[in-house]
Amino acid sequence: MYNHTVARLTYRALLGRRRVLILIALPALLLSISLAVRLIGGADDSAAVEVLGGFALASMVPLIGVVAGTGAIAPEIDDGSIVYLLAKPLPRRTIIMTKLIVAIAVTIAFTTAPILVSGLILNGNSQGIASAYTVAAAVAAVAYSAIFLLLGTVSRNAVVFGLVYALVWEALLGSTLAGVRTLSVQQWSLSLAEGIAASGSDVTSDVALPLALILLTAATVLGAWYATRRLTALTVTGD
Amino acid sequence: MTTLHIDNTSRWFGNVVAVNDVTMTIGPGVTGLLGPNGAGKSTLINMMSGFLAPSAGTVTLDERPIWRNAESYRHIGLVPEREGMYDYLTGGEFVLANAELHGLPDPKAAAAEALATVEMTHAADRRIDTYSKGMRQRVKMASALVHQPSVLLLDEPFNGMDPRQRLQLMDLLAKMGEEGRTVLFSSHILEEVEQLASHIEVIVAGRHAASGDFRKIRRLMTDRPHRYLIRSSDNRALAAALIADASTTGIEVDGAEDALRVEAVDFARFTERLPSLARERDIRLLTVAPSDESLENVFSYLVGA
Repeated sequence: MYNHTVARLTYRALLGRRRVLILIALPALLLSISLAVRLIGGADDSAAVEVLGGFALASMVPLIGVVAGTGAIAPEIDDGSIVYLLAKPLPRRTIIMTKLIVAIAVTIAFTTAPILVSGLILNGNSQGIASAYTVAAAVAAVAYSAIFLLLGTVSRNAVVFGLVYALVWEALLGSTLAGVRTLSVQQWSLSLAEGIAASGSDVTSDVALPLALILLTAATVLGAWYATRRLTALTVTGD
Repeated sequence: MTTLHIDNTSRWFGNVVAVNDVTMTIGPGVTGLLGPNGAGKSTLINMMSGFLAPSAGTVTLDERPIWRNAESYRHIGLVPEREGMYDYLTGGEFVLANAELHGLPDPKAAAAEALATVEMTHAADRRIDTYSKGMRQRVKMASALVHQPSVLLLDEPFNGMDPRQRLQLMDLLAKMGEEGRTVLFSSHILEEVEQLASHIEVIVAGRHAASGDFRKIRRLMTDRPHRYLIRSSDNRALAAALIADASTTGIEVDGAEDALRVEAVDFARFTERLPSLARERDIRLLTVAPSDESLENVFSYLVGA
């Protein structure tokens, strides 16, 4: 289910080029915001929730998920180089699973560490807010990676659709429409964060924990399964 | 011994039929798949390499279907037409990755050997995006050869290569054929195919138009009626002289163009007789232009033949 060569190629595609700049820029922005907030307003639990919930989990995690998830496969499908992976005695399932694992690893690496550090800067992990959002980010990273990897196998405009999903659906509609919130990776992961943070903190989710866990698992498994199907039936049209 | 069988195979995309009921057998040696652009050559190669399901019929390698059969890639080496190939790797890394993906016991040695075969060892440490077109093509070849496949499929391998690179690749493919591998390459240039392939399959507008050795195909192509547009100082006198000669079957006086439209059946004789007939009658030839020499016309004649 895991192939080292596929993983190596995918890591190099994600980390070797301009993509890595986007992956670094967002965490750098988060750290600067946190530092500024702390210096101006001092340690404040509600400010920590605003920054980590309002920016880190709502925007940074899905955006990095888009970059890693679609970037793990879409460029290869786009320029045709995927042929060199597919024309091998290698189950397509292995290719998808390997790319999913790499996308998850990259998303987690570029989201959890900066969130934890930001949380420590903002309020020194008071009320467990920093750890709560770190765990939420890790869990969201898994689901986002699967969803955006699938998107990468479905559409040539994966990045655009990914951005629309991340910015419009998760960040904008998710904060205004109650119905959307039930179908939001952000809310599912917040449900975990709510359980970890001290009760009475501002970390809340609209989705109950059991349902959130079921939906997170379902999104990940279905995403990976359907991406494998897409890749199995991937046809190369020429002429 | 490895043989590709294409059996009553069709492939359509929506309402467009790209490959229409084609049956052919590709055995060891070098086979050229010849046809104009858009004839369905790539579609056919995509089906042979398992990247496209036939809409009807079967495509098999030694009796086993290729579509959705990843095991067939142990025997198939593919050189795709598209350029995408992990440009951020060096040529050496790229071929090594291909060897590893095949699960070869000693991928490093296999990669080194494949690079040596295509004479790219010297540039193995350079990134692929610094390569010339010919170098890219050779590294693609190395990646296709790394597991010593018995079948090698190449889609338009000579496109964009300079004459020297072309000769090098031809030598290499000829060698592969002599070693008993089944080598199939597509091309829209007859001369290319003629130089290299011992066997030619012609495909036109999705249909299998002709099959045989290059002499047979060449004869089919030169023996067809040729049409010419001719302008001269005395069109009618020239027409009279030409129709009396056995090399022509039809002449039309085109008043609007002030020219003759001549159909010649015996190409060699016609090209020899036309100037001498004109000279004997003191007629000046102003224009002699073939009016249907496009490859498409040549091929569509073949379909009818």
